[in-house]
This record gives sequence, structure tokens and C-alpha cells, in this order.
Amino acid sequence: MPKLKVDGVEIEVPAGATVLQACELAGKEIPRFCYHERLSIAGNCRMCLVEVKPGPPKPQASCALPAAEGQDIRTDSEMVKKAREGVMEFLLINHPLDCPICDQGGECDLQDQSVAYGRGGSRYHEEKRAVTQKTMGPLIKTIMTRCIHCTRCVRFSEEVAGVDEIGALYRGEGMQITTYLEQAAKHELSANVIDLCPVGALTSRPYAFEARPWELKKTLGIDVSDAVGANIRIDSRGREVMRVLPRVNDDVNEEWLADRGRYLVDGLTRRRLDKPWLRVDGKLQAAGWAEALAAIGTINPGSSVAVIAGDLVDAETMFAAKSLARALGSSMLEGRQTGLAYDTSNLAAVAFNTTLAGIEDADAILIYGSHVRDEAPLLNPRIRKAVRKGAKAYIIGPAWEPTYAATHLGDDAGVIDGLPEAVASVFANAARPAIIIGGGALAKGGLSSGLAFAERFNLVREGWNGFNVLHFAAARMAGLMLGYAQKGGIGDIVAAAPKLVISLGADEVDWTRFAGSMIVHIGHHGDKAAHAADVILPGAAFTEKDGTYVNTEGRVQYGEKAVFAPGDAREDWTILRAMADALGVAVGFDSFAELRAAMIAEVPAFGVEGLADYGALPAAAAEAGASGVIGYPVKDRYLTNAISRASPTLQRCSAELIHGDIQAEAAE
Amino acid sequence: MALLDRDRIFTNVYGYQPWNLSAARARGDWDNTKALLERGRDAIIQEMKDSGLRGRGGAGFPTGMKWSFMPKESKDGRPSFLVINADESEPGSCKDREIIRHDPHKLIEGALVAGFAMGARAAYIYIRGEYIREAETLFAAVAEAYDAGLVGRNACGSGYDFDVFVHRGAGAYICGEETAMIESLEGKKGQPRLKPPFPAGAGLYGCPTTVNNVESIAVAPTILRRGAAWFSSFGRDNNKGTKLFQISGHVNTPCVVEEEMSIPFRELIERHCGGIRGGWDNLLAVIPGGSSVPLVPAAEILDAPMDFDGLRALGSGLGTAAVIVMDKSTDIVRAIARLSYFYKHESCGQCTPCREGTGWMWRVMERLRTGDADVSEIDMLQQVTKQVEGHTICALGDAAAWPIQGLIRHFRPEIERRIAENGALREAAE
Repeated sequence: MPKLKVDGVEIEVPAGATVLQACELAGKEIPRFCYHERLSIAGNCRMCLVEVKPGPPKPQASCALPAAEGQDIRTDSEMVKKAREGVMEFLLINHPLDCPICDQGGECDLQDQSVAYGRGGSRYHEEKRAVTQKTMGPLIKTIMTRCIHCTRCVRFSEEVAGVDEIGALYRGEGMQITTYLEQAAKHELSANVIDLCPVGALTSRPYAFEARPWELKKTLGIDVSDAVGANIRIDSRGREVMRVLPRVNDDVNEEWLADRGRYLVDGLTRRRLDKPWLRVDGKLQAAGWAEALAAIGTINPGSSVAVIAGDLVDAETMFAAKSLARALGSSMLEGRQTGLAYDTSNLAAVAFNTTLAGIEDADAILIYGSHVRDEAPLLNPRIRKAVRKGAKAYIIGPAWEPTYAATHLGDDAGVIDGLPEAVASVFANAARPAIIIGGGALAKGGLSSGLAFAERFNLVREGWNGFNVLHFAAARMAGLMLGYAQKGGIGDIVAAAPKLVISLGADEVDWTRFAGSMIVHIGHHGDKAAHAADVILPGAAFTEKDGTYVNTEGRVQYGEKAVFAPGDAREDWTILRAMADALGVAVGFDSFAELRAAMIAEVPAFGVEGLADYGALPAAAAEAGASGVIGYPVKDRYLTNAISRASPTLQRCSAELIHGDIQAEAAE
Repeated sequence: MALLDRDRIFTNVYGYQPWNLSAARARGDWDNTKALLERGRDAIIQEMKDSGLRGRGGAGFPTGMKWSFMPKESKDGRPSFLVINADESEPGSCKDREIIRHDPHKLIEGALVAGFAMGARAAYIYIRGEYIREAETLFAAVAEAYDAGLVGRNACGSGYDFDVFVHRGAGAYICGEETAMIESLEGKKGQPRLKPPFPAGAGLYGCPTTVNNVESIAVAPTILRRGAAWFSSFGRDNNKGTKLFQISGHVNTPCVVEEEMSIPFRELIERHCGGIRGGWDNLLAVIPGGSSVPLVPAAEILDAPMDFDGLRALGSGLGTAAVIVMDKSTDIVRAIARLSYFYKHESCGQCTPCREGTGWMWRVMERLRTGDADVSEIDMLQQVTKQVEGHTICALGDAAAWPIQGLIRHFRPEIERRIAENGALREAAE
């Protein structure tokens, strides 16, 4: 714990801290461009210069200098002030200063710091440099003349994403940041470089010229595009969500967000269900709320009711539907739309027990039937960190391209029951072994084999639980906590042939199997379920309602309402409450607060933000038997749910980046 | 007190004899190198320290001390490496080239001796890309040394395994900076690294590494054979030994010559270069150490001792002892502007002050050359050079700033004259 002085104030800093961190601990702001907490230190912008004694009689880059005992650091001396002014002036001489037409304006580090640390005017009267545009794909817009060469984007791609896509070409003044060969950035985390870029060189293409940051209302939300539950900030203007940005949460998403979660927002204004519809003579016709609810009142289902929850719904909606079904005398609830039927009697056996952050500490990881880059893009960098620290990674399932060294063991789910000797010995000797079971393995009976694996290699030990199930649906864990699981999965419901099926945005279900049922669809997009529905009741998307979400770890998180649902659409719980009246039953809540209180009374874990406690892992079944070639649930990384399928941006990503279509850019 | 032929280290610097192994042996190279190694690592390093040899690459850091920074033994299994800097790209410098093409075995033997002294597993000789014939010679010389068992496994029968690799650069000046050279050797873009960590702690492939200039390495075997006392009998205190001077520009016979350190400038020129073109009164200024040191006007340089401290006292430096002589026919502003262009062209672009500042300085210099400027811009340019100097990762920023600072310090009246003339011309035209 070195003791040092910052501007005359003595402080003690943790061992291994840099001078920059020491200054921050002392409450001194150090301007910086290239330095970023989650990336390696480049030390190239030279903005963080401070005066350090003892040392050479020139300013030192504080981001790269280790804090040491007895240093006398000045951040307020004349030398430091001049150094900052000098660097700031250099950064600006070739910067176009086109702030009025730059999308970064208002949230630009260069703008802010030039006000704070720059001199009033420029002494540069020569010609400025200009750099040609680069192609970085449909998500990243480049105006490289604005680039200040901090190389954050380069370091992010190499270090976090693990993809060598962005780099610097040429040298000196001619240095340019580009994707090699001018190909689009194709990986699933590519748009994070937009947040990292301290200037307007890399900006969001779909968001170009849409809004200024000071016009936006900021609402805290939870991403529903996968089961990681990334923390997001929803920026809205009026009734429209303009963009989504990641929030910092070291336990969940660090400060990254997958492209899919970031860009599905423009799907929120398209293909929306904004009024109720009724199927009359086989054709859907627009109707009013009273009409639609009256139609439901005529069904008389008795207790022959089932609820199928979609991937995007919050716990409150599922609880309200559960209450309605219960009032009607039914417990036919299911959320696993595609037919998974794994055992859910013990939730510890279907949760991500190491926690997302904890997987970084694993030293042997078996990825069993999961395409992690598609199913949980934000988990992949964590596994990469573990591998960089020396962990061994293995993959069972059809080969995909990990961003780290991983050995592919085979496509068949049964491989796990007969691991090669060399692999088995790695797990036997590992201090913190872990398995990640994905949906692909769960579909082939992989859960029991996974539990047997956990028992064989002692995955649960003092201070470590290496047994992980990686879900894909944002609603999954909350659904399982609320009992949205039949023993035989959705097949049980098909077999029961219920008179009334309530779909909570269940757009992945094969609805042809419910041809004999009355289907009431509560959803926000005109997707698959809407086509099959007999009654459509327009609901709210995740940005339009308060809600509780539980991620694959069992982490309870709350999202807030950012905007109102469009047209006649209502928040889902109010629709279910109205249906209860229409069907002549009482569900026991009249307000959202009452609903949430009832839910917490039934499942107390929902009341506490943070990891739910699911108890110990069950013992493995006597005979484990996974078999069959694994197939991954995500067929198209960008079009995974009703919102993303409605999003022009993600449609374009899918077409260009996955299917290789070249879309001609309209002449601008 | 001129250097006698018998005291010359580089006896074939003009290539009058063949470079090959048998000729090199006849000149005394590889003469019982095993015995040199048998003195032991500490004794070799001590001898080098005693000799007072300062690094010949420009910075003048004591070579023996540099070697002593290397770990005595590897604690974690990492090998150590010696990197030899043959990326001689400084305008004016051409000594390493002569050593490599005419006396390569001196370098290879030095590599073995130095590598042994610092416990290095291998030496990497990074040779400038434009040195095509020189690289061919070096490749052939290394092959000869391998064939003769002088390097490789059990080098010279000493029981020490030592490899020598030759790596060709691709023509970037910045790769002569030691950490950029290491990056380049690793196959990356040649950009200097942040220090610390210093190469002696984590250099090539993260292993302890020493980077030395060709001349520093090549003189080592001779120093060990003839003794530190012999070597330190030349030159002034703290500036010992002999040195290859490379005199170019407006002298009658430009040359590369080995002389003792601290020889007065006038004597160096008179003895070896046939005097200044047009006589001593025609001398305008001298850049005494390669393009990156400030120039020195004629009056100050005449009797100055050519060594590290003597030239530093004049506000310049010995650098690589690449003496660029300019007579009064020189357009001095244009000469320095051309150097500014060179540094703008060779800046790696990594850190801000150098990337942006070198271009700015060059553009202002170009206008000062024609006088198309305001007098106040001279002070502004001076301030810009101060904003670059000392604010960068490596020394290229300093190297770009110093020549301009030297120009402004000594030739400000000349710049002002041009501005005034240009202004008068413009007024007349209007």
C-alpha cells in the first residue's frame, strides 16, 4: 500500500495502482482519451500527463506510470496545465471541429475536455488532414477525419471481443483506423466501439442524426434479447425509444451490450399490435377493447385453460396470467415454447451457478451444447478472459468459432458420457472446473448427463459451484420460478387440448398443434402467434412497462417503463385483470403494486434484487443418457425474437453479415 | 595525437581486404574467442565497464552498465535475448553499414561475447531494409560462422549455445528505437512501447532483452583482447575510446574514419576530410551527430572536442558522430525544413504530440523557408517544439524538435530577414 502525495494531500493507494488511479482516489480529475478501465494501457493520447517527483523533469503519462511510495504528484502545476493545453491543441489541429453536425455532440470527450483543458483558440493555420470513410458494416458509421487515434476500438476488438478486425494502417499523420480490407465488423459485440470512441469517428449508423443527447429521457431497463439480462439505459424522446446503451454492472454485462440488444429498438415502432383484433370467419378483424373482451367472455373454458409464456415477458405478466389460470382452476403453464422438457424440480440444476463473473475464475470449462456467441454474446468475453488466464475450454456440439482456444470434442450430446482420457484428466485435476449446458444439450437429455458430469468431477466444492445452465430466453428463470413448466413440456399441454390457450407473446410456438383451442394472444408484435390467434389483445413491450426479470444466473433485476405503449395497447397485467372480469373470476389484485406484492408473497425471491438462492444441486440420476446430434436454438443471431424480427437494422445485419447480401447504399 | 593505425579497431573499414572469415581471422577476429568467454560473465562486464565504452547508438549510455542490468539467471525459465540495432536510418549516419559490409565478423564475434556476458540465448541482428547488399554479406557471414562452429551449439567450443539471427527491417526509421525494434521483431507494427517495463525486464517476446548498437557490440572483442586500459587511454574522461566518425557534406573528402574520441573538430576535418570546401571561412554550421541533434554554428564548433560532453556543452550532442558539414552556400532553413519533413514522414503516429506536431512543424518550416510567414510565428514554432519535446512515448518527438530549436537559436536573424524580404516583395506587388 504505497503512500504518496497528490497536490500536497497525502493518500494511501492499493498496491499495483497507477498514478492516474491514485489521482482519482484523491478526487482529482485526470483528462484522458486512450485510457479505459477495461482495456489495456496504450498511453498514446498523452492527455493524462502529470508532474511526478522523483522522476525526469518532464510530465509523465499517469495512466501508464505505477504509483510508488513517496511520489509527489502535481495535477495543478503550470507544467501540467501547459502540457494539457499542448496536447489538446495537437488533438484539435487536425480535428474537423464539425460539432454542429456530429452525432457525438453533447456526449463527446473531446468537446468536454477541450472546454475544460484547452486553450481558447487555435494557432494552426495550415491545411487540415482528411481521411476517407471506412466501411464498418451496417451498425457503425465512420467519419474517420474526426479520429484522434486513441486505439480504444482496436484494443476492444483484440482484447475483449477477441476478433482481429480493427487496426491501424500507415503511420504518422497518415495513420488511419480501419477494418482490415474494409470489411464490415462482423462480430456480435461490434457496436460497443461506438460507446468507446471518445469522439465522433465511430457513431451509430441507425441512430445517425436522430436525436441529441440532451433531448433524451433516460430510463433504467433490462435487456430482453437473451438470458444474460444486460443492464441498459433506454433513451427515449416523446413516445419513441431512440436508442439503448449499456449501463455498468460488473456482475452482469460489465459495460458492454450485444449488437442484438442494442439495435432491436427500432423494431419497437414497427409491426406493432396497437388495437385488439378478432378472428371472424377465419379472418382477423380490428375490434375495440369491449368487443374483444366480450368475445372472451363467451368462451366459457371452465378449467380447460393453458398459459404459454413467450421469451420476453416479465415476471409480473406471468404471475398475473398464473393467477388467472389458477382462478379458473388450471395449472397448465409452460414457457419452454420449443418443446424442451427438462426436469425443473430443482432450480439449482437449471441455473448458472458460477455466476457470469465467476466463470472468469474457472480453470477448465466444458461448453456443452451451447453456441455461446449467439446465445449469450456477453458471456463469451468472460470465457475468453478465463482462457487467457490459463483455463482449458472444450466444446461439445456442432463446431462454431470461439474467440479463444477451445478443443472441439464432437457433435453428439452423448460425447459427455465418454470423455477422452486426456480431457477427463484435465477436469479431474482442475481446481475450479465448470460446465456450461446450453439449450442444444438440454433438448437431447443433456441435463442428467451434465449432473453426472458434475458429480464425477466434483464440480461443487468449497466456495465453488461449477454447474451452469445457460438459458436463452429472458423470461426463462422467472417463468421456472413461477412454475411455468409441465413435466412433459409443451407436449403435455398439446395432449390436454385445452379449450383456451393464453399466449403471452409466445411467438416461437408451433401453433398448428393447438388448432382445436381458442387462442388469445397478448403480445406487442404482429409475429407468429398473432397469425394463429383468435383474439389479439395488444400488450406492452419491455420498454413500455415496469417489470421484474431474472437472468440465467437467477439474478432478480427490475426494469422501468420508459415510454407508453402505442395506440390502444395496454400494459399486460391490466389486460389479464380485465380478462378475469370477462371470464367472471377474481385474481386478487387491482393495481400493479398489489400484483407485485402478491407475487412476492408467493415467491419471496422476486422481492430482493440480486441472486436468488436455489439451494443445493440434486444428486445425479442413476442413469444418465444424453444422445443425438446437438442442434443450436439460435438459427440467426440477429433475428431471435418478435422485436428483432421487426427491426430493419437487424434485418439488414442478418442479410448482410450472415447471408452476405450486399445492399446498395442509396446515394447520399 | 592522431590515432595510430595499430590502435584501430576496424582495420578493414574501407574494404581493402575481403570480409570473409579467413580474412577476418587474419585480421585477428575470432582469435581464441573461447578464452575470452572463459574469463566469465562478470569479468567481461567489469572489463567493459572499466573501458568506459558508452553506447555508440546516440544516447551514450555506458555499455557495460547496460549489460549488467540483465538478470544473472532466469528465475522463471524465460530466456534472455540480445538485440543488435543495425537499423541505421539516421540521416548522416553510415558507420554500421561499413562495419557490416566490410567487417561483419567483428559484429558476430561481438554478439557472441556480449550475449555470453549477459546470459542471452540468442542475438537478433535487425538490419535496415534498404541495406540489401549489406544484409546479403551479413547472412553469408553468419552462415560462415555457423559452419565453422563459432556460433550455434557449443559456440567456439566453449560449451555455450548461442544463436545469431539476422532480421531485415522494412524501411521504417522508428524501428531503430529499441522498443519499436522489439515490436517489429515480434511481427507487429513498429511502434515504441511504453517504458516501464524496460527491455531488460520484459523485452523481446516478454523476455529480458538488451538492445545495443552495432558499433558498441563490434568493438567489444577488441576491448577484451587489448584491455580496458588500452581503450580508455583515448579520449577525455567520461568520453573514452575510439569512434567511427562519418563526415558528410561540404568537406573536400567526405569519409568514414575511426578516430579517438574528443578530437577537436578542426583537426578531424583537416586530417581526414581535406578541410572545408572553400576554406574555413566558408563554414556555416555543423550538425555534429546525425539529423536529430541541433546544429552548431561555425564559430562555436571549430575547436570543440568531438565527444558526448563537449558537444552537449554547445547545446548539441555527439549522437552517432554523423557530422554533417554545411558551408555558406547552404540554405540553412531549407536544410532544417527537409529534416522536419523527414520526421513528419517517419513519425509512427502512435502518440498525439509527435503525430500532430511533426506535421505542423514541417508546414510552418516550409513557410519560413520562403518567408511566407509572420515574425510572431517563429516564437509560436518554438513553443510548438517545446510542446512536442518531452511529451511523447519515445525520443522521436525530441529528435524532431531539436533541429528546429537549434535553427531558431542560431539563425533567427536569417529567418526574420526572409520574412521581411517576402513582406517587402508582397507590398511592392500590390
